[in-house]
Amino acid sequence: MSSTLLAAAGPQPVIPDFGTVSSCVRDNGLFCVDWFTANFSSMFGPALVQHVRLTVIAVGVGFLIAFPLALLAHFRRRLVKPLGGLTSFLYTIPPMALFTLLVPVFGLSVLTAEIALVSYTLMVLFKSSLTGLGEVPEEVRRAGEGMGLTRREVLWRIELPLALPAVISGLRVATVTTISVVEVAAFIIDQGLGSPIIQGLQSPFNTQFIGAGLLAVALALAADGLIVLVGRLLTPWARTRRTV
Amino acid sequence: MHTFFASFSFMADHFGLLADRTVDHLKLSAAAVAVALVLALPLGVWLGHRGKGSFLTVSISNIGRALPSLALIAIFLGLLGIGFVNVLTALVVMAVPPVLTHAYLSVEQVDPDLVRAGRGMGLTEWQILTRIELPLALPVLFTGIRIAAVYVISSATLAAVAGGGGLGDIILNQVSYGLSGVIAAALWVAVLALAADALFGALRNRLTPRGVLAGRSA
Repeated sequence: MSSTLLAAAGPQPVIPDFGTVSSCVRDNGLFCVDWFTANFSSMFGPALVQHVRLTVIAVGVGFLIAFPLALLAHFRRRLVKPLGGLTSFLYTIPPMALFTLLVPVFGLSVLTAEIALVSYTLMVLFKSSLTGLGEVPEEVRRAGEGMGLTRREVLWRIELPLALPAVISGLRVATVTTISVVEVAAFIIDQGLGSPIIQGLQSPFNTQFIGAGLLAVALALAADGLIVLVGRLLTPWARTRRTV
Repeated sequence: MHTFFASFSFMADHFGLLADRTVDHLKLSAAAVAVALVLALPLGVWLGHRGKGSFLTVSISNIGRALPSLALIAIFLGLLGIGFVNVLTALVVMAVPPVLTHAYLSVEQVDPDLVRAGRGMGLTEWQILTRIELPLALPVLFTGIRIAAVYVISSATLAAVAGGGGLGDIILNQVSYGLSGVIAAALWVAVLALAADALFGALRNRLTPRGVLAGRSA
């Protein structure tokens, strides 16, 4: 395709060599649907898949760390303060700063990104799990003990199921936050929906920014909805009582 | 490890530059938080006092959480172009949800018996709001402001992407400042966020009546 045509159009947007350029692309319109769909399979699709993968790993590993910690703190109350403080401290560090600080130690790798991402999930998952376990009414627990359940059975059959709604709401927050932070991770690894945004900074092309941004927002909303749905399936007893 | 030590000598050598960018960073963050407070605080408190609008505040907070900061700045890049206005708008959009929802929840969760007692004593609605509800609401309300401030300081780093200046300028420009400079700036941002968190925590303890704080030992 002719580069002269582009040169004539003034400042060149980031357009890979393909097909004919629509007037929207030439004028850097707000959102060029044709360009977006044409580039979905090569740019946005893979970025979306990477984004999902990074998020799932981060939330999964975060949960595997935070939930046992919450259980531990549930039984050893004096651990609540130090563990809560540590996770809140990690949560307060700005993502961009944390990513950058980890680079000299772990390099420009997925590992670096995941370490930072996991550390952001810990606070929410720890607190929500702990709150959920703590909110089980004392009488319910004692009723279980009265029925002859051991401490372990009380945990498995009473406390954990009743804590589930709080855990799920923690997972929702953690997942949506992680999806948001994964965008920033693109500064250190060329993955996720942040990478089209960062690549586009050199020569701003609106569709690339808005497309990647909207996809991330859509992904966050979809993930949130999915977790709500799974939560409802897992806690059928909660539906009748909770109207909000 | 060497890079970390180098970052400290970078701080010593480029103290003026870092201080300069920190001032920019704080100006931008303070402006965003201030605008968000002006917009969201009265609205949230009023909705909470009326006890209406839980649907509105819950959905705003959910959507707010779903908005990735970089995506937001990117979208505004498309809408508003490069510059201070873009960045400020994006940061305000990020700061409003936590402030609004916490302001709403803080007033709404005040024990209705206390409000009724106030009415019985003949207090006006304004007096009920300022003498009963707000003092009791302060701890939760400040949690919202703390979250917003930390969010904004942290996201203001990305502002550099859209020409907003601040410490992000250094973090995103490894070519000019080297890894040690990037790390030095990153450390400063982290310290700023932690300091803002601590500052608002202290302010909360200062402003909240002692009786209210004592009642919330849990």
